Parts: sequence; structure tokens; C-alpha cells
Amino acid sequence: MKVTLFVPCFMNTMYPQAGISIVQVLERLGHTVAYHEDLFCCGQPAFNAGYWDEARTVAGPVVKTLAADPADAIVIGSGSCGAMLKVFYRDLFAGTPLAQEAISVGERTWEFSDFLVTKLGVTDVGARFPAKVTFHDGCHGLRELKVKQQPRRLLEHVAGLELVEMRDSETCCGFGGTFSAKFPAISTAMGEVKCTSAAETEAEYIVSNDSSCLMQIQGLLDRQRKPIKTLHIAEVLARQ
Amino acid sequence: MASASSLQFKTDAKRVAGDLRHRGLIQTALRKYETSRDLQKSAFQDWQGARQSAAERKWDAINHLDVYLESLTSKLEARGTKVHWATTAEQAREIILGIVREKKARSIIKSKAMTAEEIHLNDALEKAGFSVVESDLGEYIVQLRNEAPYHIVFPAMHLTRGEISALFTEKLGSAPTDNPEDLTMIARNVLRDKYITADVGITGANFAVAETGMISITENEGNARLTAALPKTMITLMGLEKIIPKLSDLALFLPMLATAGAGQAITGYNSMYGGPRQPGEIDGPEEYHVVLIDNSRTHLLADPEQRDALHCIRCGACLNVCPIYRNVGGHAYGTTYSGPVGSVITPHLRGLQEWKHLSQASSLCGACTEACPVKIDLHHHLLQNRRNAMQEKPVWWEKDAFHIFGFLATRPELLRALIPFGRFAQKWFHWIVLGGPLDPAKAWTETRDLPPIAPRTFTDEWRARQRAASRKEASK
Repeated sequence: MKVTLFVPCFMNTMYPQAGISIVQVLERLGHTVAYHEDLFCCGQPAFNAGYWDEARTVAGPVVKTLAADPADAIVIGSGSCGAMLKVFYRDLFAGTPLAQEAISVGERTWEFSDFLVTKLGVTDVGARFPAKVTFHDGCHGLRELKVKQQPRRLLEHVAGLELVEMRDSETCCGFGGTFSAKFPAISTAMGEVKCTSAAETEAEYIVSNDSSCLMQIQGLLDRQRKPIKTLHIAEVLARQ
Repeated sequence: MASASSLQFKTDAKRVAGDLRHRGLIQTALRKYETSRDLQKSAFQDWQGARQSAAERKWDAINHLDVYLESLTSKLEARGTKVHWATTAEQAREIILGIVREKKARSIIKSKAMTAEEIHLNDALEKAGFSVVESDLGEYIVQLRNEAPYHIVFPAMHLTRGEISALFTEKLGSAPTDNPEDLTMIARNVLRDKYITADVGITGANFAVAETGMISITENEGNARLTAALPKTMITLMGLEKIIPKLSDLALFLPMLATAGAGQAITGYNSMYGGPRQPGEIDGPEEYHVVLIDNSRTHLLADPEQRDALHCIRCGACLNVCPIYRNVGGHAYGTTYSGPVGSVITPHLRGLQEWKHLSQASSLCGACTEACPVKIDLHHHLLQNRRNAMQEKPVWWEKDAFHIFGFLATRPELLRALIPFGRFAQKWFHWIVLGGPLDPAKAWTETRDLPPIAPRTFTDEWRARQRAASRKEASK
């Protein structure tokens, strides 16, 4: 299958290994991966802040480029940016000349774990990762894209991996994009609740399908010098 | 300029969010709620189907208010009820003050009504010289503390038994006790007397049945029943969105409200009021007044995108699951209606620019929308409020920042040339100001570490892979 990878801005600059891991997993499964170097961001920061014109400046080229891309699927390693393309582009481009293209791009877009399990029907990617792991549901992936069981199915098939559920795994980590900077005290409190739930499981790793949640969680853990580590699900699935 | 309400919210939210005692208290209480709610939800054959039906019934009601309100009021009036229409909070207060003055009321007993909080009714009554007592235990407690309710359904949820006991000792002279039943009895002994002596009873409404012209009140303490039954005059203050089309709709809404609101199968006492005492009846008030209040609900009705917010049955489920509410508590909002639904409707009821910060104070996690029994699209409405606020009055520096970001994000070669500067600055200079007042990322770094810009971006890695692949291809 021909797959085009969309790499979110923060993954590109801060978590490139997660992106590379997605490429490795997809190639290992025999798919061809393409990437548009000129697409940097989905436009969600401006969209969520209420600046829809500015969001369209960023998102317009994404829609145009991906609409013209003949790939069978567009894959994103983030539930949040995935939701932007799949759900919110409809609203953002409604009534504009790009309305139809935005819808068709959304229909071809997949969050990475959803793509593997739902579209490809793969649950065992041949990975090995001997560690105790707990999974954090990113809210956009969970509630906008209905991705809940897919990453768990994948993790259950990783050799040596023990998956433990944390209490309130569906509760937000408090990142929320610009929210984390506009309301740092609330965002931090939410993150602390999340870190406590994760620590209770005594897992070595908090795994998620969203690097943005992990940036929040790891940021707090590092500041508080807690030993638990965070990892994008693709990095787990790429290990052999 | 940030509004006064916004500054107040930020200050209060920051204080409460860092209060670990508050955090523990609320998390524990709401986790208990979640357990019983889930148990009751499982008693529904099809909870999602029930939500859909409830949303459809409310949609019908809200989109045909003209027909249903006419039916409700004509049926109420046929039984001798006096129906009053109030466009504003002030009008509603004047109507109620007019009634209590006419009755020469010395004391007033009141059951729980968020609409009364909304129009600051107690304050107005007291200023006019009337004594008013809350009969719901939680409301009575916060009234004694001179506080607003902390939660739509659980007004005194933020207090421990010890704090309530100390309050009763101070205000009522009772002996200290840690036993909830004893605390209830202390309040009950005071309140029983108030029911008997009150001249006027004021209630809210949970539902108003258009088909039969009846007001449905649901409660757990029997206090609303006494408030309605004992005084000679009864007044019900309700928002015009409380309407439901048919009596049979209550078969869905009553268990749904109990489940979503309090994790109960059905609320303890469910009463219906259709008018004053009818000829031949032995009890009930001699006079019954229903005050229907708009107070900007029609602003919300005029917004086709967010009209479904009028479906709200005030169950509080969205507050209970909201991680923002759970961390900042009900008082920080500074509004009558707190939590997600409050953040959605307050800008419509009380001004977008003054209250837009509540729509911004959300991670848009969507737990509220998932919990809402009548399927209000709450977290998407928060997004729409943000858009509307910024379209109307953008914050210049934010707009500029997104302009610059947009300029760079669509010029990847320029961006790529700038990234090494960012990496250099982060590595060699950021630590000097880290977390301090000069740190441009202070909002983040005060409590959290910031990950470094990677030595090689994904695009760098991708290019290297492409080069390696083409070398491999060429060497074949």
C-alpha cells in the first residue's frame, strides 16, 4: 500500500524518533512510505485559539497537497493532529473553495494505531519490548477518532510487554495545546493527577499515541525527577 | 485587556488547583459518584439509545417553544395558576417581590433552584426586608456560610463533615458531631419550624410538561415537597428551556437525570404540580404562581450552532467528569453555572468578551460531551465561542504570533534554516532564564521541563534515509 506520512510540527522538531519509528514499522509491513517535506503543521494551534483565518493559512497547503497526493492512505502519529485533519478540517473549510478537498483528505486520513488495526487488520507487528507499560489515551484520538482498543491490541502482541491499565486512563493529561501556556496552573494540576495514576501502576513506561500528551507528562516527570519514562507507541512497535 | 472576571478566574483557579487537600476531597467524592453512575447506567438497556431519545425530545421542545410554552401556560392557567413572564432577571425579581409584598409575608422557605441563584433572588428578598431560608440541606449549609453553591447538584460538596459540624456549632449552637445523620437532624430540626411558619414557598423546576401543564420537581430530601405543600402561597421560578413535550417523556428524563446527576436509579421524591388547591382537595397552596424567565436564553436560541445548549437538564454530569472543574472547583468560575455547560452558556447569557476566558480554560478533552445525557456538543461549542470571540475582537499579539507562525510554517526552507538558531539558543541561553520572569516559555517551564529541539529533525532524518536509499540504488 502507498502511504503518505504527515508528521506534526512538534514531532518533527522534538520527537523525530517517533516519526522514524512509524516509517520503520510501515516499511517492515511491506508498505511504501512517502513524506511531504513542505508540510510542517496542521494548523491546530491557531484553530483552537479561535484564529480560523490564520489556521487556514497553515492548513490550506496541507489540504491542497494531500488532496493531490494519490496515496492510498494518509497516516499521522498523533490522535490530535489526526482529529484536526479528519474532523475539524470540515468545519474550518466549510463554505470555502477547499471544502470538498478538505472532506476527501479527512476520509483518507488515519491515526497510526487505527491504521494498523482497523485498515490493515494487523495486531502483531513482530515487535519485542520487555517492559511493564501503561497506556495513556490522548483525548482527541479517544473521543474525536474513537481510538481506544486499537493501540491496546497492538501492545498486547508485543513480545515481553506487560500492559497494565492505570486508573482514569481516559482522563486528560492537561496539555491541550495553548491551554497549557494560558492556564499553566490548571494544566499542571491535571498533569500531576495523571502522573499519580500512572505511577500507581508501577509501570516503567507511559505509552501513548500522542507525543503532545507525552511532552506534558514527561515534562512534569523530569521536573519532579520521577523515574517513569514516556514513549510513543510507534517506538515500542519498532523495537525488535 | 483581560476582563475583571478573567483575572479573578485565573487567580482563584491557580490557588485552588495547587490545593492538594481540595484535590483529594473532590477526586474522592467524584470517583464514588462515577462508580454509582456506571452501576446505574448499566441498568439502562441501551444508555446511548436513551441519550439519543432524550436529545431528540429536547430538540423538539426547544425548537417548538412557541407551541409548548403556550400549551403549558394555558393548562396551568385553566387550573387557576398565575403565570408570569420575565424577560430579565430584574423583572423576575420584581414579580416575586410583588407577590411576597402583596402576601405580607414574614418568612419565606425555599427549595433548591439554580434560577434563583441566577437572578440573585435571596439577596433581593433580604434587601427588601424578607427572611428567606434554604430548605435543601446542601443549600442551607452554603447559605449559612454566605457562599454560592459549589456545584449545580451538590452545593456543599467542597466541605467535610467536620467543617459542617463546626459551622452548625457556630451558627446554630449544636454539639459537634461527625455523624452525617446527626448533622442532618440538626438542620432538619431548624427547618421543620420554618416550613410551618413560612407564608410563601419558592421552588425551582426540573421539567415542565407541556402536554398536561405540570411542573415536575425531583429531590432527595422531601424538602421541596414541604416547601410546596405547607405555605399558603407557592412560587415556581423556572427557565423557559425546562419544557418537555409529553408526560410520558418523564419516564425517560427522571431516571436519566438521577443516573447522570447523582448515580441514582431514581431520585427519592418526584412530585408534580399543576395548580393551587382545587375545590374538594384537602391540601396544597391556596395560590400558585409560575414565573417563566428568559434572561438571555433567547440569545442562545437564536444561535443555530449552539441552540442545543438549551437542552441542558442541569444534571451536573459534565462538571463531574471535567478535569478542569475537578481541579479548580465550582467557586473559581465566578458564575451561577460552572463547569463545561457554564463555560458554554455564560458567554451567551452574560457577554462573550467578559466571559470568553471560560471557553479558553479547557483542554477540549471532550469528557463533558461524552457524559452529557442530552448530547449537547459541549466541547465543540467551547471552540465556537473562542472563534466568535476572536472574530469579534482579536488579541493583537496573539493574532500577530499566529501570522508569523503561519508565515514560517508555509515556508519550510526558511524554517529549516532557522531551526539551528533555535536549537543553539535553547541549548546555550535558555537555562539562564529558565522558569524565571525573563523566560519566554515561563508559562511552561515554571512547573515542567521543556524537551530540547532534536539534534536532527524528522525532515533531516528523512533526507538522510532518502540519500542512503538512492546510494544503495545507484551502487546496484
